[in-house]
Amino acid sequence: MAADLGFDPYLVPAVDGVAYGLLVFVAASGLVLCFGVADILNLAHGTLYAIGGYTAAALLDGGWSSLVLALAVGVAAATTAGALVAVLLTRAARRNHLTQALLTFGLALVGGSLLVSAFGPDQPPVRVPAALDGSVVIAGHRYAAYRLVFIGVAALIAGLLHLAVRRTRAGMLVRAAVDDAEMVAVLGVNPARVRVGVLAAAGALAGVAGVLGAPIIGPGPGTADVVLLLSLVVVVLGGLGSMGGTLLAALAVGQIQTLGVALAPSAAPFLLFAAMAAVLAVRARGLATARRAA
Amino acid sequence: MPRALRALRRGITAVVLVGLVLAPSAVDDYTVALLARTLALGLVAVSVALLTGVAGLPTLGQTAPYAAGAYASVVVGGQLSDVGLVHLGVAAAAGAALAAATVPLVVSARGVVVLMITLAVGELVVTIVGRWRSVTGGTDGLAGIPPVRPLWGLPVLATDRARYLYALVVVAVLVGVVLLVLRTRVGLLLRAGRDDEARLRASGHRVALHVAGVHVAAGAVAGAAGSLLVVAQQYVSPADFGFDTSALLLLAVVIGGTWSVGGALIGAAIVIASRDWLFGVLPGQAPLVLGLAFVATVYLLPGAGHRPPAVRGRLLPPALTRRPVPDRPSPTGVRA
Repeated sequence: MAADLGFDPYLVPAVDGVAYGLLVFVAASGLVLCFGVADILNLAHGTLYAIGGYTAAALLDGGWSSLVLALAVGVAAATTAGALVAVLLTRAARRNHLTQALLTFGLALVGGSLLVSAFGPDQPPVRVPAALDGSVVIAGHRYAAYRLVFIGVAALIAGLLHLAVRRTRAGMLVRAAVDDAEMVAVLGVNPARVRVGVLAAAGALAGVAGVLGAPIIGPGPGTADVVLLLSLVVVVLGGLGSMGGTLLAALAVGQIQTLGVALAPSAAPFLLFAAMAAVLAVRARGLATARRAA
Repeated sequence: MPRALRALRRGITAVVLVGLVLAPSAVDDYTVALLARTLALGLVAVSVALLTGVAGLPTLGQTAPYAAGAYASVVVGGQLSDVGLVHLGVAAAAGAALAAATVPLVVSARGVVVLMITLAVGELVVTIVGRWRSVTGGTDGLAGIPPVRPLWGLPVLATDRARYLYALVVVAVLVGVVLLVLRTRVGLLLRAGRDDEARLRASGHRVALHVAGVHVAAGAVAGAAGSLLVVAQQYVSPADFGFDTSALLLLAVVIGGTWSVGGALIGAAIVIASRDWLFGVLPGQAPLVLGLAFVATVYLLPGAGHRPPAVRGRLLPPALTRRPVPDRPSPTGVRA
C-alpha cells in the first residue's frame, strides 16, 4: 500500500535521518553552550564525543548493565575532560580567541593521539544490548531497533536539556551569563565557575552522545573531526547560540545526510554545503545580531 | 636606533634570501621537495596573517581557497596551458572567487564567530573535494600531474631544485607585493579597522568594503599558493587541506607574531619543519608531541599578554577579560 504513495523507499532514510539528526543535536548542544555562554570555540569537542564512543566500544558486551556502566564511565570521562579544557583555558595567560583555538586544538590532537594509542588505529566494533540488536518492522520495512530506541532516548535528552536550561537555577544562571556576564558577577556568582560548569556540562553531553551514538557514528581516528564539523555546521545553521535553532538545524542536517543521499546521490556531497550557504546567505546579516540577542 | 634595527632586519632578510637560493645545492632532493612544499604553505600562512593579524579577522578556513586554487590549477590550468604563470592566475582567480562567495558570511561577523564560520567553510570544501570523485579524484587524489614551464619559451621544471626555485621566486614576488601594498594607505586602513572599527566607521570609511577586499585578496594569495603546492609535489589530495593544516597555519601565524607577514613565513617554516622532523623521529607519536607543542605555545609565548587582543569585535564577555572600560568608544561599543 505504502509503495503506491511514492515516498515508501524513502521512509527508512527519513527515519534514519531523524536518528542521525538527534545524535548530532545532542553532540552539538554542548558546543552551543560553550559558545553561547563562554564565547569559547572548543575545537576539542569532537574528541570528547570520541571518548564516549571508545568507552562504549570497550565496555559494551551486549547486556543492559554494560550499557549503564558505559554511560556512567563515558559521561564521567568526557565531563572530566571538558572541565580540564576549561581549567586549562582559564589558566592560559592570554585568553583571546587565537589562544583558545590553539589550546583546544592542541588538546584535541593530544586526546586523539592518546585514544588511538589506547584503543588502536582501527574502528572498534560496538555491541548494542542484545535486546535491541534485532530489527523491528515499521510500515513494512525492517529497521534497526536500537536506532528506533535511540530516537526516543535522544528526544528525551533534548527535552530534559530544554527543561534544564529554562527551568532550573543553573540553567537560569547560564542564560543570565549569556545575556550579561558582568551583571551575573555583580550578583555574586563567579563567572569563571559558570564557565567551568558549562564546559563540563558540554563534555557530559558529548559523552552521552558518544556512548549512545557509538552504533551510529562509531569511534575511530576520524570520528572527532566528523563530529566537530557536523556540530559546527549545525551550530552555525542554528543561529549561533539558540537551542531551538540548533535542534531544527540538526534535524535538517540529518535529513540531508540520509534522505538527501537517497534522493540525489550525485549531488549528495554538495547538499550540506549548499544548505549552509543558502541559510547563511539569507541570515548572514542576522547572525551577528542573533548572537547578541542570544 | 630604529635605523640600526632596520639595517639589521634588512641584513637578516638578505642573508635568509641568499640562504634560501643556495639551499638546494646543500641538501638532498627529498629535502628540497619538502622545502618547496613548505614555501607553498608559507604563502598560505601569509594570507592567514593578512586576515588574522593585519585585518583582525581570525581565520581557520584559508585551506578552502588554498584547495580551490590547487584543484583549479590542475583541472582548469592543465587544460589551458602548461605555463606556470597561467596556472598561478587560474589558481588565484579560483581562490579569490571562493573567498568572494563566502564574503557575505564573514563581512558582518567578528571575533570567534569568524573562526567558526571559516572553519566550517574550510571543512566543507575539503569534504566536497574528497567526494567529488569525477573531478578531484576523491580521497585518492590526483597523481601524475605534468610538469609546468614557468613562462612561455622556458624549459619545463623537471627537477626538484627547479621546482623549488620557481616556488621561491613566486613566493618572494607575491610576499613583496603584499608587503608593498600594506605600506600604502590600504595597510593603514586595514590596521585602523582592526584597532578601532568604530572610529574608522565614524570618520566615513566603508569598513565592510575593506573587510570584503582583504578577504578576497587573501583568498587570491592562498589560491596562488595552491598552484605552487601542485607544482612542488606534483600530486594533490584532500589530505593536504585538512583541519590540521588550518590549525598548523594558525600556530605558524601566532608563533610568527600575528601582526607580521614575514613572521608568518618564518613561523610556517618552523612549524612545518618540526612537524616533518617529528614524523620522521617519532612515527605514530607526532600528533601527541605536536598537540603538546600547541599547548606549550599558548602558555609560553611571551609578550602578547599585555597587548590588547588585535581583533575586531568582542572576544570574551567583558567580565571575563577584566580590562578597565576604555573611555572612548571601542569596537565593542558599536558592535555589541
